[in-house]
Amino acid sequence: MPAFILLTVMTALRILSRNRLRAGLTMLGIVIGVGAVIAMVSIGQGARASVQAQVASMGTNVIIIMPGSTTVSGVRGGQGGAVTLTVGDAAELKKRSPLLSDTGWAKRDVMQIVNGNRNWNGPVNGISPSYLTIRDWSFTSGGPFTHTDLERAARVALIGQTTLENLFDPGEEAIGATIRIKNVPFQVVGVLAPKGQSAQGSDQDDVIFIPFTTAERKVFGSQFLGSVGALFASTEQSADLPEAVDQIREVLRARHRLQGEQADDFTIRTQVDIGKVQESTSQTLTVMLFAIASVSLLVGGIGIMNILLVSVMERTREIGVRMAVGAKRLHILMQFLIEAVTLSLFGGLIGVVVGIVGARLTTVIAGWPTIISFDAIITAFVFSLAVGLFFGLYPANKAARLNPIEALRYE
Amino acid sequence: MAPLIVCEDLWKIYRIGDVEVQALRGINLTIERGEFVAVMGTSGSGKSTLMNLLGCLDQPTRGRYELDGLNVATAKPDLLAELRNRQIGFVFQSFNLIPRTSALENAQLPLFYRGLSIKEQRAQAAAALRRVGLAGREQHYPTQLSGGQQQRVAIARALVGAPSILFADEPTGNLDTSSSREIMSILEQLNREDGITIILVTHESDIAAYASRELVMKDGQIVQDVRRAPHLTVV
Repeated sequence: MPAFILLTVMTALRILSRNRLRAGLTMLGIVIGVGAVIAMVSIGQGARASVQAQVASMGTNVIIIMPGSTTVSGVRGGQGGAVTLTVGDAAELKKRSPLLSDTGWAKRDVMQIVNGNRNWNGPVNGISPSYLTIRDWSFTSGGPFTHTDLERAARVALIGQTTLENLFDPGEEAIGATIRIKNVPFQVVGVLAPKGQSAQGSDQDDVIFIPFTTAERKVFGSQFLGSVGALFASTEQSADLPEAVDQIREVLRARHRLQGEQADDFTIRTQVDIGKVQESTSQTLTVMLFAIASVSLLVGGIGIMNILLVSVMERTREIGVRMAVGAKRLHILMQFLIEAVTLSLFGGLIGVVVGIVGARLTTVIAGWPTIISFDAIITAFVFSLAVGLFFGLYPANKAARLNPIEALRYE
Repeated sequence: MAPLIVCEDLWKIYRIGDVEVQALRGINLTIERGEFVAVMGTSGSGKSTLMNLLGCLDQPTRGRYELDGLNVATAKPDLLAELRNRQIGFVFQSFNLIPRTSALENAQLPLFYRGLSIKEQRAQAAAALRRVGLAGREQHYPTQLSGGQQQRVAIARALVGAPSILFADEPTGNLDTSSSREIMSILEQLNREDGITIILVTHESDIAAYASRELVMKDGQIVQDVRRAPHLTVV
């Protein structure tokens, strides 16, 4: 039997190599199918990895609490419209909710920033120092401001990479420089390390951080001192997030004196929620791509079946001769199955190459991140084998069931 | 020793639509080992049907057929294949070599299905090709060989597995006179020297003259069965 299989594979290769064009066209469906699977999975995984990186760039186990909407004479404002959250809430949360490792707060506004003869319009955030640790910001030079800066409402600023590029010449020293935000002079004490795009697609590096107290007293001008744009908190373990959310809700409802049926005047979101939204988008994409790939494999399989049926017809006499010299049905069945599998495996192999090249090209041309997945390669390969077996079975069985006398007489 | 082939009341009936065709009508036949039998008859006389049955390519509608003591009439397809592989060699009118495959590989074919190692297959096939005078042509493709040479490859394929019977169905039908003589002398040699039983279907009497026994068929029955000293001088 091993000699039989080896020789049959060799025969199959020779028969296929005689009809290179035909074999190539037959394999095309499988090539496209497998190539599509590999390229798509690579793109999908690349996208997922970058989403995960974006979500991770928010910090670790972050909880964001946004103020609720305002309702003025029945007209509802959007989320964050109301000023229901305060610095006091943050302090209370830290005190009452043991699961929270840290709490911070921030308020943002878009302002004109000037450095010498250059200016830039970007978001200015008044923050508590803890915000920086919760959101995992690090520095390329300088460092964070301190609680003392917060208490004194010091005029110090931290700038992101995008802001740095727009306000300073390349090579110009930013640390110690004085920039003006809404005409108030600030000293730059830190340059933030880049974070890239956020999960929502905005540039996280286009940012300036100043102490919260400085922001509300000297730059933004607040109606109510202590009202914040959003509260931030973090837990030690990501598993603690759901319970921490419940604790926060309880504390805030009590502090805001919300009665049983009254709706929350704030919204709590966790990093996990944000990641889920992104993931479901990329999952939709993956499902779609898999559908396309399966159709392609199906069409490829039908192509193999079609060509094999033609081949069985063309070689009817040969099959008759083989039977006359003692080929059993199993031998004939195996011969055509091996041809089918050879076709589909070769198609799969070329498809893998096409898929990898396609994924690389996508990275080079479109700039999308791709990750070549070994699992996807194996899966695609196994699938092409299965397609060859499945679609080869009918023609092979047809050949094996030929009547030797009729096959020998076939013209 | 028991006869190689024993047929008793062998019938083959085809049904084409509503019409029943009785291709063989009660054949009784015994063939001993080493015989050289020519089967003659007009087309439609049933000689090809008989050969298909005797060659285990087909099975009778009823009756008994024993090949080497084994009842073939009711054997399963795989056993028939096994019998064809071990006991029987075929030589066809149209050679029936596998196209675009070398003479050697064509000659190897029965051994391939016997599951021999590639080395053994090659050695035996090469010996068989030498036997029919085709040494040095092992790597030739059928299209590179003359009709007579192709038929010799077919004979090599038929005898490579050392069968006990060789069926030749109009083996010279597509050949010129000199090639026909070559082929017939090879068959004669195989019969005389190796003791292979040969059953030859032909409608040419000068070809049939090589045989030591002549069966004449008509309407699915054997109407004449003559044993004689083979006409060795016919050339």
